[in-house]
This record gives sequence, structure tokens and C-alpha cells, in this order.
Amino acid sequence: MEKIPILKLGDLLLVSIQVDMHDRLALALQDDLTGQVVKHKARGVLIDISALEIVDSFIGRMLSNIAAMTRTLGAETVVVGMRPAVAITIVELGMALNDVHTALNVEKGIALLESLIREREAVEAHEGPQP
Amino acid sequence: MTSEQANPIAQVLREHPQDLLEQWIQVQMDAPWVRLDLIGEAEIRAQSAELIELLGAACQSGNVSDIQADEWGRVRDFLRELSRSRATLGFSPTETAQFVLSFKMPLINMLRQASPSLDMQVWQTMWQASVLVDDLALYLLDVYMTSREQVIKRQQMELMELSTPVVQVWEGILVLPIIGTLDTARTQVVMENLLQAIVETASDIAIIDITGVPMVDTSVAQHLIKTVTAARLMGARCIVSGIRPQIAQTMVNLGVTFADITTRASLADALAYAFAQLNMRVTRNESS
Repeated sequence: MEKIPILKLGDLLLVSIQVDMHDRLALALQDDLTGQVVKHKARGVLIDISALEIVDSFIGRMLSNIAAMTRTLGAETVVVGMRPAVAITIVELGMALNDVHTALNVEKGIALLESLIREREAVEAHEGPQP
Repeated sequence: MTSEQANPIAQVLREHPQDLLEQWIQVQMDAPWVRLDLIGEAEIRAQSAELIELLGAACQSGNVSDIQADEWGRVRDFLRELSRSRATLGFSPTETAQFVLSFKMPLINMLRQASPSLDMQVWQTMWQASVLVDDLALYLLDVYMTSREQVIKRQQMELMELSTPVVQVWEGILVLPIIGTLDTARTQVVMENLLQAIVETASDIAIIDITGVPMVDTSVAQHLIKTVTAARLMGARCIVSGIRPQIAQTMVNLGVTFADITTRASLADALAYAFAQLNMRVTRNESS
């Protein structure tokens, strides 16, 4: 069965979706990614969907879910490279993906991730060590 | 004029208006092009009766060939009004023309009865030829209208694209001035143009200026929110600017809110905010 590769780069994980997503592949990715975040103690996840031409509500929800899951595990998620047609489809489907960070390309996505991680670290430092 | 008595058309119209009307209604009701979904039989009857009466009056003058003449003024007025109302109702050009053309059958029928000496064979052939030419003319009209509508549609599309320019005002900042109201079709074009420009210019911030939008109601707000959301999915932040005081008041009164969307009163404010977001600032040169 085909599998979407997850690359580790420092404390970031890179996922580039190059094939058309179907529901089972999406679920496998979700499973695999959460496992990798825990394993590598990743602080950020970057999902590149620039090759994705077709989305449905399931894929949209999966992106939303992955962002929420990784956040629970201590990593921020940024989705990059969404095509105009895909963005329009998602909006027309009535999904705003409000809880997902987005960026235009990988470069901007990594910059955004770094600022998000710094922000999070600042908040955590401010809160002080947990008793 | 002395030809008044001699003209058989005027005579038939004067002597048998009721027979003409009944036959005409019959023809119209049986025709394949009748649009009873758009117009009722009573209305067709009223219109037909009125036209017969006006025609009768016009033909009394003895002029049965030049409908541009003054005597035909009321007939022209009636037809103009009829054409306008049928166009509004959704009749096609040929269906509208058929209303008048279908009067030929009862009229010629009556004329034939008035002169029994006419050869039946000749009459039949002439009738066929006449109908054939009419059909050809109607077909031509239909085709012509279709191609004309295509031209209009293409111009509309061009106008729509021209009316929604996306301007790059600074590296990373796009401005999208919207003039006129936002409907579903326009939103689609605006959205596509904006998203395409975001990709091409790799912009971080898009300012949507609605100074030229006369009215923001719930549907316009909905369309704006859609556009902003789509731009955000592409990784660009959106600022809505140019909200006039009256518009702000109407929006609040209607219960329309732009939650989660940055809004500014003027384009200048939005630009200043965009510069701040991009860690840039505009400074005045020290005067030397």
C-alpha cells in the first residue's frame, strides 16, 4: 500500500502530499504523523499540499484534525501551498479551517512555524515550570 | 380615399372581427409554440381582440401597405408594448413574432371565403410558400438573436474581469478595490483573480477595499467572508477597508459582523496596518 513519507528536519516534520488523497490514505497519514510527532518530540509540522488538486470535505476535516492532534501533542501545524481552486472548493464546502495555520509556500511556512514555536515557548516560559 | 370600399382586407376586418378572433385564438392555442406557462388564454384573447380592433381602424384609412404611416401609430404603440411585456415574461423573439404571424391564417381564410372564385389549388400552393418563407425568416431571427446574445455574454464577462482589478501596491501587499455590488458570480471572479494574484506575487497581505460598494447586506458580507477565508487558506491575511460610517451602521443594525476579520475605515489605515504587519515603516526624509 502506498504511503506518504514524513521527513524530519531538526525539530520539524515535513509532509509533502504528492498523490491524490483517498480516505484510507488520509487516515494512515493521521496515524503515522501523530506517531512520528511523539517519537521525534517534534515542535512543528509542515504539510505541503501544492500537488493536491482535488479535495473533499473529508480531506478538509482531516487537515483540521491533524492540526488539532499535533497541537495536543505539543507541535504546531502549518498547511502550505494550497491551490486557488482547492481554496475555493473548501470555502464552497462551507469549511473555514479556522484552526489551521496556512502559508503560501514552504519557505513562508517554515518562517511561520518558527515564529509560532517561539511564541509558544515564550508563553510556556512565562507560565513557569509546572509543579 | 375611395379605395376604402374596394380594399378586401379592411372589409374583412370590419365585417368579421369576431370570426377572425375565434379562429386566431384557435390557431394560437393549437400551435406548438404557445406558452401557456407564461401567459393565460384570457390575456391572449384580450391582446388578440385589441390588435384586431386597432388593425381594423388602421385599415379603414385605406392604407394597408405602409405601417410606418401615421394611421398605424396606435398599432405600432400596441405592438411595442406587447413586445416589451412578452420579453419581460421570458418569451423568445420567435415566439413573440409568432403571435402576429399566426394572424395570417385566419385573415387569409376569411379573404378566401370572401372571394369564392379563387382556385383552391393555387391558394394552397401560395399558402405553403408563404408559411415556408415565414419559417425561414423566423429561423434566421432566432439564430441571429442567439449569436447576439453570445456577444453580449462575452462582453459581460470581460466587463466583470475588468471591473475587479487586483493591484500590487507594495512588495507583499495587494489591493483589491471593489466597485459596485458583490453578487455570487462576481464573488467567484473576484476570488479567482485574488487567489491567482496571491500565487503570482507571493503576497502576504491582501486589502479588500469596499469604498465603492454601495450597500453591504448579509449576502454581500457572506461573499466577503468567503473571499477572505479563501485567501487565508492560501496563506494570505486579509484586511477589509473603506467601510463608510453609514455602512458600518447598517451592518450593525442588520447584525452583520466581520468577526475574525481585520477591518479599517480607510485604505490608508489598512496600508499602515499592512506595513506594520510586515515590519516595515514609512519615514519622512530629514529635510536638508
